[in-house]
Amino acid sequence: MNNLLALPVVLPLLGSLLALVWPRRADWAGLGASVAAFVAAGHIGAEVMRNATLELAVGGWAPGLGIALRADGLSASLLLMSTLVALAAGLYATTYFAEAQKRADFWPLWLLMITALHALLLSGDLFNIYVTLELLGLAAVALAALGGSRAALQAAVRYLTVGLLGSLAFLTGVGLIYAGYGTLDMVMLAGRVDAEPATWVALALMTAGLLIKSALFPMHFWLPSAHANAPAPVSAALSALVVKAAFYLVLRLWLDVFDVALSQASAGLLGLLGASAVIWGSWQAYRAERLKLLAAYSTVAQIGYLFLFIPVLLATEPGEARDLLFGALVLFALTHGFSKSAFFLGAGVILHRAGHDRIAELGGTSRALPVTTFVLALAGIALIGLPPSGTFLAKWQLMTSAIAAGQWLWIPVIAIGTLLAGAYVFRVLGHAFGPGEGVGPSLAWARAELPALLLALVATAVLGLGAAQVWTMVVPGSNAEGVSL
Amino acid sequence: MLSAEIIYGLTGVGLFTLGLRATLLQASLLARILAINVCGAGVFLMFVSIAYQGLAQMQVPDPVPHALVLTGIVVAVSATALALALGRRLRESKDE
Repeated sequence: MNNLLALPVVLPLLGSLLALVWPRRADWAGLGASVAAFVAAGHIGAEVMRNATLELAVGGWAPGLGIALRADGLSASLLLMSTLVALAAGLYATTYFAEAQKRADFWPLWLLMITALHALLLSGDLFNIYVTLELLGLAAVALAALGGSRAALQAAVRYLTVGLLGSLAFLTGVGLIYAGYGTLDMVMLAGRVDAEPATWVALALMTAGLLIKSALFPMHFWLPSAHANAPAPVSAALSALVVKAAFYLVLRLWLDVFDVALSQASAGLLGLLGASAVIWGSWQAYRAERLKLLAAYSTVAQIGYLFLFIPVLLATEPGEARDLLFGALVLFALTHGFSKSAFFLGAGVILHRAGHDRIAELGGTSRALPVTTFVLALAGIALIGLPPSGTFLAKWQLMTSAIAAGQWLWIPVIAIGTLLAGAYVFRVLGHAFGPGEGVGPSLAWARAELPALLLALVATAVLGLGAAQVWTMVVPGSNAEGVSL
Repeated sequence: MLSAEIIYGLTGVGLFTLGLRATLLQASLLARILAINVCGAGVFLMFVSIAYQGLAQMQVPDPVPHALVLTGIVVAVSATALALALGRRLRESKDE
């Protein structure tokens, strides 16, 4: 029993309800709940580092009939990232939404999204995961429509219909699994799963649903418009957290639950889709005319890298080499979460202050908004994968393991993706440092620039230099001496 | 010989396919929302037929899939409400 696990779910939910019934104090309820959830996630992280896995049988009902909450290194580290990004983006939102009414609309939905996300990360039961996936999707769609523009509404409707199809496919797979094995608890399933056609169909359906939701190429078509038209703090959470939740589930199902039923060929297919996403997303980001659209396409590419890890992971023998690679995967996901949210928050400041986010007209931004330009540069370093960011270590480990596993194909993909990322980041910086008028800095907006700066610093410096901690957390008992700068 | 739960199960698969096809092909938002609901009904029917699997040994149908379907229906209703609300907002923005 560990009641601590319920806190990251209960606290944001409580905050959401408070913000709903007491809109005049929405900011306090929201920020209070965010801080409390962050502290709880920190405690869970510390506990996981000591005890490896935490479990809570909700209401005292044993798994099987009851629903278990579980935290291991993977979920605890994503939980910690999620609470920190949510806190920083929430703080930013108090400046971004100038009208109190907007903030009163924002907070309940935002906290509900965080609640669903945390419940998803901690859930140990497939059906519960379906429910949290739907809650997360509905809250995310409502937030994406919050801007109210016609483009945002259209993007939200498409996001909703595509998301619903994805979750129905997932649900069908869940039904087949229950029909075959009589349980939906993931730990119990892991012991029972056999490699047989019904399992493959179920896994294929669940994976297809999750690939739509994680926007893996070619199912990424809904992402750029939805992420680029949402208000900046919402875009940050959608890109950094929501798509990653679906990826987390793919990883959980493929590595922990159904690993006996998998073939190398199916993992190779995921890798190929990931490789296409890296190339296509980076290329579209390079060609994008607007800063937020660039960031959204960059997310398509970065999700592609995450899927590249899967075939290499499955080809690596369990042991120290695989632990190293798994840690690198988590490090990549975390670094992308922090850097992309920082990038979107920075883009939001520019959009608000300059009135547009057309990249070609960014001239003068570096003098007008030095902090924001610094944020974009720092986040850009992490997106490209330059040292000392966590992405650098993660890509290095991915390439080393790919060579060791004989999967040479991924090396040129990573190289091309990295070069294109360099091109699109420096295109933005080149224009930002160019001549031009630009609006002057504003003290009010400094409060919004600081959370973005914090996130960018975590992505580039903290995660890169403190990467060993990630390995300690994800792979209990391991030492990260194998990787060093 | 086809047993009842297999007929229901196959009907569920058929509904799911019909709904999926219409969701992908229909242009009108209202038609797409309806199609997704048809799709969902197919999935729920599959769950119900799963509950009757192995009824002979157990005497009563398995309650777990029924509980899951109830939850699923609640989720589907909320999702439909959100889709309709968004559709209305979209239409109002067209009129302006």
